[in-house]
Amino acid sequence: MTFGPAFWEVVSLSLQVALVATLCALPIAIGAAWLLARRSFWGHGMLNGIVHLPLVLPPVVTGYLLLVVFGRLGAVGALLFDWFGITLAFRWTGAALAAGVMAFPLMVRAVRLGFDAVDAGLEAAAATLGASPTRVFLTVTLPLIAPSVLAAAVLGFAKALGEFGATITFVAAIPGQTQTIPSAIYALLQAPGHEGDVVALVVVSIVLAMGALLLSEWLNHRITQRRLA
Amino acid sequence: MMLSVDIKARLGDLDLTAAFEAPVGVTVLFGASGAGKSSVVNAIAGLLRPDAGRIALGERVLFDGSTYLRPHRRNVGYVFQDARLFPHMTVQQNLTYGGADGLNDMVELLGLRPLLSRRPAGLSGGEKQRVALGRALLSKPQVLLLDEPLAALDGPRKAEVLPYLRDTARSAGVPIVYVTHAMAEVVELADQIVIIEAGKVVRKGALEDVMADPASARHFAKRDGGAVLSCRVARHEGGLTVLSSDAGDILLPGTVGTIGTSLRLSIPAQDVMLTTQEIEGQSALNMLATTITAISPLPNDNLAVSLKAKDAALWAELTPTSVAKLGLQPGQAVHAIFKATAIGPT
Repeated sequence: MTFGPAFWEVVSLSLQVALVATLCALPIAIGAAWLLARRSFWGHGMLNGIVHLPLVLPPVVTGYLLLVVFGRLGAVGALLFDWFGITLAFRWTGAALAAGVMAFPLMVRAVRLGFDAVDAGLEAAAATLGASPTRVFLTVTLPLIAPSVLAAAVLGFAKALGEFGATITFVAAIPGQTQTIPSAIYALLQAPGHEGDVVALVVVSIVLAMGALLLSEWLNHRITQRRLA
Repeated sequence: MMLSVDIKARLGDLDLTAAFEAPVGVTVLFGASGAGKSSVVNAIAGLLRPDAGRIALGERVLFDGSTYLRPHRRNVGYVFQDARLFPHMTVQQNLTYGGADGLNDMVELLGLRPLLSRRPAGLSGGEKQRVALGRALLSKPQVLLLDEPLAALDGPRKAEVLPYLRDTARSAGVPIVYVTHAMAEVVELADQIVIIEAGKVVRKGALEDVMADPASARHFAKRDGGAVLSCRVARHEGGLTVLSSDAGDILLPGTVGTIGTSLRLSIPAQDVMLTTQEIEGQSALNMLATTITAISPLPNDNLAVSLKAKDAALWAELTPTSVAKLGLQPGQAVHAIFKATAIGPT
């Protein structure tokens, strides 16, 4: 399999799952972080708890809960199938959902640090200049938390790339459908004679994770440099 | 256009009650740190919601029992002590954030041309405040709020920004509420003064009226009590500047200002000497013929002698010994000898 079509299928599926998971979870994470950092409302603590659940629950439990809710017979899964013909369980989209859910708390935490660091005085100044709350958010808050959003994206991507427990519980490890790098490594380790394939996948994992980290460092550097120009 | 403020707010340990009106021109909110001045300005901007009261700009109600306009709907310009420029935008993007109409004139007026493509991180404190002032004015505000805009600057930077503040204050044509506890800024800029102590308005009125009243001296630092006169540069002669004021002609050493410019004179009460007869051969430049209108005690046990010089009022701080020695009485004619300090464009 090493560097053959099956190998690249695993790698590209993993990238696809991790990217889709990150991009879909990021806006929701920004919204949740904003609510938690900037708003006080009834149920604030409850929301904080729910956001952090995937971080503290055993991943298998999260996967099981996803199956119960988003499975073909689950409350949300049945609706999605009946109305839109969408099936998540045992599909790559389900793998992306599982990866996104598992990465979500890490992303919210990273973005929230950004919100906490933004000087609320700048937002107040923008408001006195006539900017609506939406414009303040888009033109002042969001650009100022860009480094944190970037950090959240990288962290989420790395987490999604490595997600195993919830994914295998929710969507199993169907080659070409839901078999990502971690589940492929796990499967290869179960049978003797695949040590070469395992090493290759491990190297790819390291390269992807390091690449994402370096890319974010570079982008972050550019953002900071522009501000000091 | 008149800004009227009448608010109550509970702020931690401070009970804030403030009522005043600010017409077109500069209304200074004066008082010590923590007296509640900034909270009043924040309430006008909509950044702080009072517990009760009313804030209105002309007929437009910004706040009352049933209305609470959010800051972006109030059309106020706000210059903060810490400038609060957007760090991710250039100077030009900062300036035009609230409106770009008249950008060129504003850039000329505030001398910002060389800074337009720079970012705030590379600006000096004085440059930042000039940008902040331009940004607030370009949003075409109906009221301009300045919260100690010079407090974070050192002496030379203050002197750099103050003329811009004065020029824009004169040309803005809207009510300006200016928070400060620096007497020099009060004398230079204020038309009206509202003195706030521990959350209460203790004195308000036209600056010259308030300063001419010895009873208001207790609100100012020891050296700061004394009359403030508006005057106009009449002519220059013999190395002196002749100013015309309601008190008559007043001489200043040196050539100050150009003829026709108006400026403010501060006459500290401690620097005024009184004589019962005109004396020849004294070194002070100014000696005005005045009439004593009242003699009142000051908190420091000295006496305040209120004087009328033509149409202007000033006062002198004297020890009870001096007053007794000269036998001063209300109605008596005396001569006031003083050195004036000019404050304003020079």
